[in-house]
Amino acid sequence: MSAKRYSWGRYPRYPQTLRPVSWRDEVPVALNDTARAGTTTLPWGNGRSYGDSCLAASDRVLAMGGLRRVMSVDWDAGILRAEAGVTLADILALAIPHGWFLPVTPGTQFVTLGGAVANDVHGKNHHRRGTFGAHIRRFALQRSDSGLHVCDANADPALFSATIGGLGLTGVILWVELQLMPVTSSFLDVVSTRFGDLPEFFVLSEALDEAHEYGVAWIDCLARGRTLGRGIYMAANHADDTRLAAPSKRKLAVPLTPPVSLINGLTLRAFNALYYGRHKEKTRTYVSDHDRFFYPLDGILHWNRIYGPHGFQQYQCVIPTAAAHDGISAILAAIADSGTGSFLAVLKRCGDMPSPGLLSFPMAGTSLALDFPESKANQRLFPRLDAIVREAGGRLYAAKDAHMSGEDFRAAYPTWTDVEALRDPVLLSRFWQRVIRS
Amino acid sequence: MSNIVIFGATSAIAGACARLWAVQGARFHLVARQAERLEQMRADLLARGAADVEVTVADLADCAGHAALVGTIVRHLTHIDIALIAHGVLPDQAACEASAEETLRQLDINALSVISLLTLLANVMATRGSGTLAVISSVAGDRGRGSNYVYGAAKAAVTAFCDGLRARLFKRGVHVLTVKPGFVDTPMTAGLPLPAPLVASPEKVASDIVAATATRRNTLYTPWFWRGVMAVIRLVPEGLFKRMKL
Repeated sequence: MSAKRYSWGRYPRYPQTLRPVSWRDEVPVALNDTARAGTTTLPWGNGRSYGDSCLAASDRVLAMGGLRRVMSVDWDAGILRAEAGVTLADILALAIPHGWFLPVTPGTQFVTLGGAVANDVHGKNHHRRGTFGAHIRRFALQRSDSGLHVCDANADPALFSATIGGLGLTGVILWVELQLMPVTSSFLDVVSTRFGDLPEFFVLSEALDEAHEYGVAWIDCLARGRTLGRGIYMAANHADDTRLAAPSKRKLAVPLTPPVSLINGLTLRAFNALYYGRHKEKTRTYVSDHDRFFYPLDGILHWNRIYGPHGFQQYQCVIPTAAAHDGISAILAAIADSGTGSFLAVLKRCGDMPSPGLLSFPMAGTSLALDFPESKANQRLFPRLDAIVREAGGRLYAAKDAHMSGEDFRAAYPTWTDVEALRDPVLLSRFWQRVIRS
Repeated sequence: MSNIVIFGATSAIAGACARLWAVQGARFHLVARQAERLEQMRADLLARGAADVEVTVADLADCAGHAALVGTIVRHLTHIDIALIAHGVLPDQAACEASAEETLRQLDINALSVISLLTLLANVMATRGSGTLAVISSVAGDRGRGSNYVYGAAKAAVTAFCDGLRARLFKRGVHVLTVKPGFVDTPMTAGLPLPAPLVASPEKVASDIVAATATRRNTLYTPWFWRGVMAVIRLVPEGLFKRMKL
């Protein structure tokens, strides 16, 4: 097969050639071949990282999608062991009828288990459950130089913490053993509340997060002045009913890439005004299935194509609690000023639960994520935002990144040297090459 | 709950079909060459909801062993609702051109071993008066092409055999489904310079197969557009066709 793949943001444009593996015993063979050829590679899950962290420095990746077998499952204890290429959608479809759910899920269910570990993903319940890595019991790691490691917090603790959030650099994850979360229902009781400005977001988040498993806010990134930071806060708990339903299968798709980005100042302003304006009441409550609540964008396959042939970048940062209000205000003002921005600007409070991963992104504070169509304007805007994040003691998320400076990365993630020391010599990404050398 | 036997169970398409059937609570008997891979598959299918999974390690190129193999399967499943025949290899065309022995070996594994199994399974199902034989042939069998005619000839034999078998077994309540996949992204095609937009995932092909089995389709082109593509290819006059690079 000759199909080339790009990262989710389709920027930077380095087409990746896939070497597929279908069985676990093919991984050491592939690593050996790579070592013998004197080159490097990188495991590729489902290509959902936005920037260049999933792109191999050699542009030749090891495609793990064929490793999608469940190895064992204990429905009494909610413990599932599965190969790295199994997607979170697969796990939900299996687990929900048995009364189990993912303890942590990002905004798409189309990531692989291996990718979820390698990026130590987080979700709308970070304030309660921490990152994905906090729920990993153990995993198997295949290395080119030292063979197979079965790692947990006690056996091989250094490799364990370097691999969680380790961006696929410390070895190829073959399988993962995950502790699931028991639920009474796969449906959610949602409370959605409109807020008029940023201080109100913090008040709401303070009031609602305590009593809710999930909390996240959409904000209108084009609003300025008195309405800066207006948006809609969604808090939710699993419902009390006993409905354990598999998700619906109906999906729309963006069939092809339009010649120009459909996201521009005009469409953005219209969407944001509409989205905010439609929420007429102050507070609204409703019941949602998990698909619609957690994965609204998964309903539109290939939604990344709407940004046109040049792709887009996502800017996601986290600002520590003490500096959160001022930092987020300054960022939003800078973005509103630039007139660019995204349909989905997402604001979310992160809790203080430590992650087992060395390079994990979340910290106690507030995280903001926005998509920007790729354009020259980003080159002016991003350095301004980076300066605000730096000043506030925050950091950027590698899984979304295609621009941060090496200096910023190394300052924000000082334990990168430990990961570099444990990096498998035949694994190297474009991201890593960029941030440890530039 | 269906009783399903899969030959060449560790192939990508067969594996994806099995996962779909497992969710429906099927009982499986899996046949393939590698014991370790069959065990991995067994664990996966059981976790996904399969009622029971038995495996047999066999080299299907050995037709002499087929009667005993079918006997083992029938002893385990008692009756067979679906038999999926999915084994096969993509020959190295150049090697076949250079060697009659290699050509015959490829016809053995891709055509004769399938025909041998079909003959035995047809009689088992006919006796009982029910069951579906789902056979993975290929669009390559619709017309011999200069670049791939050994594989094409083997698949043409399978397709024609299935046509006749379907007509014979129809009167006995047994159904035959001929599956003709186009380009599929599997280990068999890894490294081939296939046109990316035409390449389907094994999961897509598998969901078509599982649906076509349930609705008793006769011939399944998967993805669907191959029916049109092959109709056009069959219409090209031979005088022109032999000059084309296909």
